[in-house]
Order: sequence, then C-alpha cells, then structure tokens
Amino acid sequence: MITADSAETDGTPLPRRTTSSSIRGRLAATILGFGTVALATCVLAPLVGTTPISLTRALDRSIPFDQNVDAQIFFVARLPRVLAGALVGSALASAGVVLQAMLRNPLATPFTLGVSAGASLGAMLVIVLGGALTLGPLSTVPMASLAGAAAATAVVYWLATRQGHAMSTSVLLLAGVTLNSFLSAIIMFVQYIADFAQVYRAARWIMGDLDIGGYDTLIASLPLVLAAYVLFAWLPASLNLLSVGKDAAAARGVDVPRAQRLAFFSASLATSAAVSLAGPIGFVGIVVPHLVRLLVGVDHRIVLPASALFGAAFLVACDLLARTILAPIEIPVGVVTAMIGGPFFLWLLVRKS
Amino acid sequence: MFLIADRVTYTYNRRTGVEAVKALREVSVSVDRGSFTGLIGPNGCGKTTLLKLLAGVLSPDSGTVSLDGRPLARMSRRHVARRLAVVPQETHPAFDYSVLEMALMGRHPHLGAFQLEGPADIAIAHESLTATGTSHLAERSYMSLSGGEKQRVVIASALTQAPEVLLLDEPTASLDLGYQLEVGLLLRRLNRERSATMVMATHDLNLAASLCDTLVLMRNGRVLASGNTSEVLTSAMVRQLYDVEADVRVHELAGHLTVVPLGRLS
Repeated sequence: MITADSAETDGTPLPRRTTSSSIRGRLAATILGFGTVALATCVLAPLVGTTPISLTRALDRSIPFDQNVDAQIFFVARLPRVLAGALVGSALASAGVVLQAMLRNPLATPFTLGVSAGASLGAMLVIVLGGALTLGPLSTVPMASLAGAAAATAVVYWLATRQGHAMSTSVLLLAGVTLNSFLSAIIMFVQYIADFAQVYRAARWIMGDLDIGGYDTLIASLPLVLAAYVLFAWLPASLNLLSVGKDAAAARGVDVPRAQRLAFFSASLATSAAVSLAGPIGFVGIVVPHLVRLLVGVDHRIVLPASALFGAAFLVACDLLARTILAPIEIPVGVVTAMIGGPFFLWLLVRKS
Repeated sequence: MFLIADRVTYTYNRRTGVEAVKALREVSVSVDRGSFTGLIGPNGCGKTTLLKLLAGVLSPDSGTVSLDGRPLARMSRRHVARRLAVVPQETHPAFDYSVLEMALMGRHPHLGAFQLEGPADIAIAHESLTATGTSHLAERSYMSLSGGEKQRVVIASALTQAPEVLLLDEPTASLDLGYQLEVGLLLRRLNRERSATMVMATHDLNLAASLCDTLVLMRNGRVLASGNTSEVLTSAMVRQLYDVEADVRVHELAGHLTVVPLGRLS
C-alpha cells in the first residue's frame, strides 16, 4: 500500500482552498494561529474589568498571594469565568462542526437535536421544584441538566435508529426539532406554576451565565468535555466523507453507522457538558464553524481543531463584552452571542440562497 | 470469475415491514476481470440496488457477494473500498470542497485512522485528475463546476482509490450529449489502458452498446438474460424489458449496435 510521508511545510498564512500545500503544514499553521489567539484571549480577558489589573503584578511571585490584590482578582474572581467561557465555547463550536457534517446541514447547531432543551428542562425542574424534590445527587442544577440532556439524547437516538441499523439523519433532525418544541412547552408550563423568584432564576439560567463562582464546577465538567474530545479525534476524515454523502462515505471505506453513532454521541456529550456548566448559550455552535470555514476552508481535519480553539476565544471575548459594555451592569452572555449570531445566521441564509 | 453475486435477495424496509419493497430476488451475476459489464433495465428493476450490493454498501438479505472468491461480508469496509470504487449518478457535498480535496478523499481507505495524506497520495490524486482531464481544475471549488466536470472529478476521486473495479450508477444520466460522449470515452480508456473492471448501470442503451462487452438485463428484481452485448441486445429483448418496439442494428459509422425506439407497446 502507498503510505504517506511528511512533506514540505511553508509557514505562510493559508488562503482559502490552497489545498496544494501539505495538510500537515496547514494543520500546524492553523493550530499555532488559532491556539495563539485562544491563549492570548484567555490571558488578557481577566485583566479587563471594573478594576483594571496588571498582568506582571498578578503573576509576580515575590508578593505573597494574600497581599497581591491583582493576583486575587486575576485567579479567584476572573480566571474561572474566563476558563469556563473557553471550555464552553470550545465544546459548543466543535459539537456544531460535528453535527453540521453528520447531518449534511451547515445550518445545524449543537441544540438542533434537542440536547439543550432536555438540559433546560432538567435545570428548570430543580430550580422550580428543587425544594419539593429529593433527587439525591440530581438536586443540583448542573447535575439535573446533565440528566435531562442524557435523556433527550437517548430519546432522539432511539427514534432515529428504530427503523434499522443505520441512523436516519432526516429522522434525527425531525425528532430533534420536535423534541425541542415539546420540551419548550413543558418548560413554559413549569415556569407558569413557579413563583416570581424561581421564574427569574430560570430565565436567567436560560440566557446563559459563565459566572460559575470558582473552579469546582469547571473541574467537574472537564472529564466530560475531554472524553468528547477524545472521541472527536477519530472523526474528521469520516466527517469529510459523511458530508459528501452517506453512500459516498460507505464506498470510500467509512463504517457509516459507527461514524454516525460516534459523531452523535460525542457531540451530545460535549453539548451536555457545556450546557450543564453555563446554560444554553446560543449561536456559538454555528457562528464559529462558519467563520473558521471562511478562514481555513472546509476540510474537517482542519476545521474541527480550529473551531475548538476559536470557539474558546470567541466566547471569552463575548463574555468580556457582556461584563464590560454596560459596566457595572452585566448583560447575560447568551444575549451577546445571540446579538452577534442572529444577524450572522441570517447573513449566511441569504448568502446561501 | 472475479466479482460474483450469488443468488442475492434484497428487500428495502425489511426490518419494519412498512412498505417493504423486494428490490432483488435471487439475482446471480458474475463479472470477469477486466470486463465492461452493463446493467440494463427499466426504472425500479433493481440495478442500483445490485450495484450497492456489489459495492458492499448494502448487505444482501440472503445470498453472497464475493470478490476473488472472498465474501465481501467478511472483509472490512476499508478493505472493500481499496478494491472497489463507486461512481454515483450525482454527488452533492454539503460543504464547498475543492476539486483536489474531493479527489483526495479517494485515499481514505488507504490511510490509517490518524494518518494524513502525504506527497505520494497527492501525486496519485493529481494523476487521476490528469487521467480525467480535470487537473487544471484542482484548486477550483467542486460546487462551481459544470455537470460534466463534476462527474469527471468524481470519477477521478474513484480512481484515486486505486480500485480494481469501478461500479458506475448511471454516470452520464445528468450530462449533455457532449459530456456523455466524453465520459464514455474516458471510461472506455480506463477500462482498456488500466484494465479496470467496470460495472455500469445505465438507461442509455446506445451508451451501453458502445462501451460494454457484457450486458445483464434486469426486470422486476430478476435477471432476464445476460451475455455478450451483441448476442443479448436484440429488439426482442428491448421489447421484453421496456415494452418498447425498437430497431436494433449495427451502425456502420459508430461500429456498434444502436437502438432506435419506434413505439411503446400497450
């Protein structure tokens, strides 16, 4: 068999559709470029806020931590929120890439298949009925939303695979969209029977919030996101072929049912982890993949890692806007992403047709 | 015999039984190495299903498909794809891949799970594009191409798989006369020069007559007849297949059989 060997790398920035330069070179340049952007955003974002701080002072080891106000603001007050933004943005953007390719639909989002509606219902139930319910470990909002997401994933998967061994992407889409509206109705009902304080808390959760108040929840979500990323690593080449067509993929040697299952469950896992951590923050999963494709082309072996990195930078930047633009008032980050994402989404639709 | 379908049966929606369609009933076909075989028959006769079974994309309910004596069912998808490539009627990618990217996807079965294509793979892709006369389009967007160009790029992508057999599903159906001729000539050249085994489903009897040395005539999920093109392509057969009265004769300039439909039998 013919095996490939490493080729020349030209470090120049790569315009769209320059496929003649080696994939290795493009991949390295992409990871380096977007990685730098993501890292810089995460380091610089905590410096901005109502109290400006200095990075050199925050990182100055010669001042004891309990006397270093800059370090306390950087590491305790702001960094957890920035890291949560990076984790959630990265997970949602990658899940968007995976689902768009698998469903062969560039307008799919991580929330298209009902995962976020399931998560929201779980969160609502705990917020509204929390006092009355004794669900053991499920009594916290993140755990309940995770359980809701898992239940929604299971229902959609069952519906889409009922008719045979292969997943039907059209049934998957229909089931997801239907489940979204159905669960939204239940969420509205739950909110209707709740009192004002609970409704406010519920509404606030649905708008998305990265202010997670410390590292604990972040660390709890990390294994889920990492597990999803390990699964993602197997996908990019299959995603290229699935996006060309199911039969085309099978004819090129892709085990289609297996690749579809892997894509569906890994994307659902990443989405569940992100939503349980910060609520359903919309539009990240569609804006980021499309921006990335405009910059680096459509090959998923590049788009997926690039979106994972750029998604982190994007959501951290949006959250920075959310907490500074009307300071001292904070806008929910989901409102910011929607205000950027909504018009962008429409532009994509218009551009497509 | 090289590629063999032995008494294969296939039913769509067999699992649910809702609107189950028996597409193939005990169909047996054998394809010689290096031959150019045409699958002919009216709409819904099972040509495409048979092609999918031969490609291993679908598995038969009963019967076996084997390549070189090995059942496809016992080979991995990847192994099958190294030996058999498929050219569908039309290919509509969801994203705007370049022509070279489309061609390089043919290397998929030859690459490991985490392996990226290297210079050797790119050379094979360029060679396939050259063989199909599309190398000048390498950096173009696939979606921006004309139908004929697209189909030649898809054939190039199949060639990049370095297969022993090409399975073609009405490869010229959406093309105008000029491109039909062009793709036809390309297929004949690939068959002769690379001794690639070709199996082509088509509605175009004249294309089949000009390219295929063997024909398999199908109707209602069964094989009516098969054999040398010159022997089985007769007006009696056309009548039996399509309920159409046709004049079948060797065209002196073209040098092969031609079929001129004269009227439909009621």
